[in-house]
Amino acid sequence: MPLIDLANPSRFLAFAERALPWLAGLTAALLAVGLYLALFVAPDDYQQGATVKIMFLHVPFAWLSMMCWGLMSIAGLGTLVWRHPLADVTAKAAAPIGAAFTFLCLLTGSLWGRPMWGTYWVWDARLTSVLVLFLMYLGLLALWRAVDDPSRAARAAAILTIVGAINIPIIKFSVDWWNTLHQSASVLRMGGPAIDPTILRPLLVMALAMTFLFATLLIGAMRNEILRRRVRDLERQGVTRRSGANTP
Amino acid sequence: MSAFTAMLARDLRLATRAGGGALMGVLFFFIVVTLMPFALGPDLALLQRIGPAILWLGALLANLLALDRLLAIDQEDGSLDLILNAPLPLELTLIAKAAAHWLTTGIPLVVATPLLGLMLNLEPASTAAVALTLLAGTPALTCIGLIGAALLVALRRGGLLLPILILPLTVPVLIFGVSACNAAIVGPMPFGAPFTILCALTLVSLVVGPFAAAAALRHAME
Repeated sequence: MPLIDLANPSRFLAFAERALPWLAGLTAALLAVGLYLALFVAPDDYQQGATVKIMFLHVPFAWLSMMCWGLMSIAGLGTLVWRHPLADVTAKAAAPIGAAFTFLCLLTGSLWGRPMWGTYWVWDARLTSVLVLFLMYLGLLALWRAVDDPSRAARAAAILTIVGAINIPIIKFSVDWWNTLHQSASVLRMGGPAIDPTILRPLLVMALAMTFLFATLLIGAMRNEILRRRVRDLERQGVTRRSGANTP
Repeated sequence: MSAFTAMLARDLRLATRAGGGALMGVLFFFIVVTLMPFALGPDLALLQRIGPAILWLGALLANLLALDRLLAIDQEDGSLDLILNAPLPLELTLIAKAAAHWLTTGIPLVVATPLLGLMLNLEPASTAAVALTLLAGTPALTCIGLIGAALLVALRRGGLLLPILILPLTVPVLIFGVSACNAAIVGPMPFGAPFTILCALTLVSLVVGPFAAAAALRHAME
C-alpha cells in the first residue's frame, strides 16, 4: 500500500519543485501590475473616493473563497470515488487557505463598510451568506483536526464538503430571501449598473493575480502536507523497529 | 420491510424506556424558552413579537441536544457493528433511526409548542403557525443532524463538534420556519410561500441526509 500511496505523490513533489518558483514569480508580477493599475491608474469613484480601491482586493477574495469550496468538493469526490491519495492532500491543504481568503473577504468588506455605511457590520444578505460560508470553513477545519487518522479524516471531510456544496446555494438563496424580508431603505449596492473598463481591467488583473497566489499557496501547502505525512510514516516505522528490537 | 419496522420499534422502545431520555429534548426546550424572559424582560408585547423566533431557536437547540444519542449509543454498546452488517440497506436503517428520533424528539416539541406559545403571549393562530412549521421543519433538522452524528460517530470526543458542523447547515430551515410564522402573524407575504419552501427543504434533507450519513458511517467504521 505505501508504494502505491507514494508513487503519485512523488511525481507530484517533483512537479511542485519545478512549478513553484514559476508560479510564485508569476504571482508577484501579476500582483505588481494589478496593484499598480488598481492604486495609480484606476480612477477614484465620484462618491466613494479612494475607498473603492478596497474592492480590488475584496472581490477576488470573495470569488476565490467560493472557488476554493468548489475545488474541495471535486477533491472530495476524488477521495470518495477514486480514493486518489492526492485528493485528500488537496482538500486538506485547500481548507485553511479558503478559510483565510473568506476571512480576508469579510475583513476588507467591513473596512470598506466603516467609511461607506458608517458601520463595520450590517446583516446584509451577501455579508451574512459569506459569514455562514466562513463558519462552515471553520467547522471543516475543526473536523480535520478532530480526526487523527488522515485518511479517515479525509473521507469525513469529503462528505461534509460535498454536503456543504449542496447546501451553499440553498443557504445563499434563503439568506437573500431573509434579507428581502427585513430589508430597510438602505442602498447597499455599490456602483452603477455596469462597471467602467478603467475599473474592470485592474479588477480582472487582480483576480488573476489572486488566483495564481491561491495556486502557489495551495501547491506549497500540498507539498508540505505530503512531506509531513512521510515524516510521520518514517517516525512510526522508527518506533515500531525500535520496539520490535526491544521485545525479544 | 419487517426489518425496517423492527428497527423503528427497537429505537422507539429504547428511547421511551428507562435511560432512554426521550423527553429530555422537550424539557430542554421548556427551559430555554423559560430563560428567554429572564434575559429579555417580562415585556409581553416584545415576547409576542419575537415568540416564534424564540420557539424556533429553542426547538433547534433541543433537537441538537438529542442528536448525540442518535448513533453514539449504538456505537458504545456495539450494536452499530451488527447494524452495519445487517442485510437491510444502511440508508433504510438510518431512515428508521431518524424516524424514531423524530417521533421521540421532534413530535414532543410540536406538542409542547401550544403551552409555550400561551406563555409567550402568542395568538392562537400564531401558535398554530409555529406548531405547523415545527412539524414540517423538525424532520429536516433531524436529517441534517443525522449527517453530523454519522460523521462524528467514530470520534471519542466529538460532542462540541456536532453543533459546529450542523448549525450552519440549518440556517435555511431556521430562516424559512421563522419567516413562515411571521408571514402568518404579520404578513404581508402569504403563509404558503415560505411554508412550501420549508417543506421542500425537509424533502431535500430527507433525501440527502440518509445517503450522506450512510456514506459517512461506512467510511468511518471500515
